[in-house]
Amino acid sequence: MAELLRTHPLEAWAAAFERLPDTVGIAAEPYVAMVDVRLAPVGAESSAALGVDLPTAPNTWVPAGTGRVVWLGPDEWLLTSTTEAPEELEARVRTAVLPLGGSATDVSAQRIGLRLTGARVRDVLAKGCSIDLHPRVFGRGSSAQTALGQAGVVLLALSDSGDDVVVLVRSSFAGYLADWLLDAALEFTHDS
Amino acid sequence: MQLIACPWCGPREEVEFSYGGQAHVPYPDSPAELSDEEWAHYVFFRDNTKGRFAERWNHNAGCRRWFNAIRDTTTYRFESVYRLDDPKPVTP
Repeated sequence: MAELLRTHPLEAWAAAFERLPDTVGIAAEPYVAMVDVRLAPVGAESSAALGVDLPTAPNTWVPAGTGRVVWLGPDEWLLTSTTEAPEELEARVRTAVLPLGGSATDVSAQRIGLRLTGARVRDVLAKGCSIDLHPRVFGRGSSAQTALGQAGVVLLALSDSGDDVVVLVRSSFAGYLADWLLDAALEFTHDS
Repeated sequence: MQLIACPWCGPREEVEFSYGGQAHVPYPDSPAELSDEEWAHYVFFRDNTKGRFAERWNHNAGCRRWFNAIRDTTTYRFESVYRLDDPKPVTP
């Protein structure tokens, strides 16, 4: 039986990303374990069971250990972990939320992350995204589920200066979005 | 493009939303007792209001939650949005 090689969907774009200047840096993030949590209501019990306060403010994310917790809806969150295997994370979270009436589903294969860094990040994103990404309203801890160049994405703000954003996109759209981002960044690659 | 204020996510572009038809159409109390005609009225018959109309909308590209909105069908202007468990606002 042929051996299946585990490859990153954006492996073929790595060289193109490396040629970009620091003002519009794009890098594919490595795979992380992700679990979709449905739970309502949340409170002290869920915080104690999960070891993290699920953010209840819409369009926010909080760090959780090595990973993140992203608000996806009033009763839905995305938990990520860089240290646990997907099945470990799913089992741990499911054990925690099941007694509270919640559910946890491994969605690690659904999305991959692209990290955008540099002074021109907001200009690049503005070409295909109508959300106000000014750090005044989209500082660290903000997130947004929206469309970027026709692809559904989750944006996570990592800095208060608007120059560090993670874009979570469906794996099957990653190549399209990578091409779109490279094209959007083209005019900024000649900045002196 | 018109912005629609999602009750959860705030103002977003119209393309992020999808239409869900008339709001506040109650499911029949005892569906088994309805005649075919009454069932057809429940399934297919909707108001065709000119003016303020209570509608269901879904924020597809965002939080994927359903909500209700009062929209003026002549101007396409959204007058208010409210969550599904909120009562229908009184409109003039």
